[in-house]
Amino acid sequence: MSELTSTVSLPDKRGYFGQFGGAFVPEILVPALEELTEAFETAKQDPAFQACYHGLLRDYVGRPTALTFAERLTERLGGGRIYLKREDLCHTGAHKINNAIGQILLARRMGKTRIIAETGAGQHGVATATVCARFGMECIVYMGAEDIERQQLNVHRMRLLGAEVRPAVSGSQTLKDATNEAIRDWVTNVRDTFYIIGSVVGPHPYPAMVRDFHTVIGKEVQTALKEKEGRTDPDMLVACVGGGSNAIGMFHPFLKNEAVRCIGVEASGEGLDGRHAATLTLGEPGILHGALSYLLQDEEGQVSLAHSISAGLDYPGVGPEHAWLKQSGRVEYLSATDDEAMEGVQLLSETEGIIPALETAHAVAGLARIAKETAPQDLIVLNCSGRGDKDMQTIAEALS
Amino acid sequence: MSSLKARIEQVRQAGHKALGMFITSGFPDLTATPDLLKAIDAGGADFIELGMPFSDPLAEGIPIQRSSERALAAGVTMKDTLRFAAEFAAGSDTPLVLMGYGNPIMRYGIDKFFKDARSSGVQGVILPDVLPAPDSPFFRAATENGVDTICLVSPTTPPERAERIDALSSGFVYAVSVTGVTGTDKGDTQPIVDYLRRIRPSIVRNALMVGFGIRSAEDVRSMAAETDGAIVGSALVNLVSACWDNPDLSRSQRLAEVESFVRDLKSGTLS
Repeated sequence: MSELTSTVSLPDKRGYFGQFGGAFVPEILVPALEELTEAFETAKQDPAFQACYHGLLRDYVGRPTALTFAERLTERLGGGRIYLKREDLCHTGAHKINNAIGQILLARRMGKTRIIAETGAGQHGVATATVCARFGMECIVYMGAEDIERQQLNVHRMRLLGAEVRPAVSGSQTLKDATNEAIRDWVTNVRDTFYIIGSVVGPHPYPAMVRDFHTVIGKEVQTALKEKEGRTDPDMLVACVGGGSNAIGMFHPFLKNEAVRCIGVEASGEGLDGRHAATLTLGEPGILHGALSYLLQDEEGQVSLAHSISAGLDYPGVGPEHAWLKQSGRVEYLSATDDEAMEGVQLLSETEGIIPALETAHAVAGLARIAKETAPQDLIVLNCSGRGDKDMQTIAEALS
Repeated sequence: MSSLKARIEQVRQAGHKALGMFITSGFPDLTATPDLLKAIDAGGADFIELGMPFSDPLAEGIPIQRSSERALAAGVTMKDTLRFAAEFAAGSDTPLVLMGYGNPIMRYGIDKFFKDARSSGVQGVILPDVLPAPDSPFFRAATENGVDTICLVSPTTPPERAERIDALSSGFVYAVSVTGVTGTDKGDTQPIVDYLRRIRPSIVRNALMVGFGIRSAEDVRSMAAETDGAIVGSALVNLVSACWDNPDLSRSQRLAEVESFVRDLKSGTLS
């Protein structure tokens, strides 16, 4: 079995995780999705592709990333022993590059010459612009006009890397609208264009494919934990969930072991009674961006505007596999507010000397709340999905 | 035979082509829709597509996106749209179909939607993000309630897939003229003509109507020549925007503009 082959058999052939997933797209995209499914299935089994992908993860991204024992955070929270999976140490500063590398290798294999992507916080946009620079490919990144405003640093990075950043000015001018624009571009330029989706969302095969490119996170946790603690599986895993890519990448290799408690932390923004992005907590099943999943929507089925201080979690949808994992009860989903996330930033910065991304800070906040439920001998792994440099302006404003 | 299919067949037997017109429900405001439907009908449309607005219409270009935003801001609901359809059907035998995205229908309740659509006189639906499949809950409910499912083919659709789509389609098959969103500049027509000629032999059970980027009587004439007719949407939406935003025009003048535009388009379908 190749390293990328899934350990859990979903989705089914039509792209469903239980009732969730599928492909809800214009007819124009159907042949492209079929071609992509075929190309990905073939690539997974191809040792040359595997070697190229893992070689780049090692030599370009800097994998494996460290598994850092968080001594002072463990002391402070007073529960089990906490390890941090250091995706913040990846080249470009977040886990997103694992997937960008995988997809651009597929794009090249399929002979596509033009790359498009959507981005929220800008991390996936930067990762995509980076791999496009690395392989000399044209890159267009759609980004909500509001996100361009609050993530200026990443906009500068993308432009320096040679990408064109196109503002999405419709609707909430955030990730949701950037994704609409990217899909419209793809519909228009489908013959020569590869759409690198940045999370485990979108039509089949994207949720499964993006997941598979991120399961390297969970697999490395197994290897490192075995070395440090003598066992591969921890008692608890904690990760933030927007679309859900870093969470699924870490959880997936552990899902078959029911003893591993998996916790996803969503963004509850101003609070669950205010503006928020807690899709799994308060959403209803619905169709957005090509998949059936949970969705923040009104009684007419119009998509609601999400809110989070973290641009990367500010999304009214969520990956369909998370919808299934919630429904099946295999993963627990909590939420953390903007204020709690800000406390999470300070907590990890002060105790460990690691400034996390605002997305990651939600996972820290979730863990701070439940760490006491664990025993001192328990092992906890928190996915430190990204670093906080990009958020310094937002953090400074919130703490002033 | 459904009344939609019968209408297109009737036009064809007379030696002409059919004209379908699209307008967004609740656009530019709730009071406009009933009058707009009547004006489009009076202009000679052979059937009307009434758009059910959605917040995230990913197959639409700017004009229909904006019209949807404006309709939603005006507060249009699915109930309003069904009521507009029922009122129109009570006064005209021109077939009316609903066009829209899966989520608002799912939220309304798929079975309830098709039941209510049928009782509101709706002849068919066009759902650009719901792919044809016999076991799709959308297709099952439509079939059970006798509502036509108008499926789409595109320039990227291979012939064997087009045949399957034809088999699952009723009312007609909608040929998207170009790879792109609605209102796209269709550019050079020769590639479209080639594509329509290529796809046509695969569509044997249904009439074939072409849409996307068709703006004038001349466009209608050239595109309809390869098919059973043409559909115009964004161009009408743009005209309605311009008329309603012009404070110098009275309501009847605005409606007269719309009727005359449709009549002009219809002239492109006559042999």
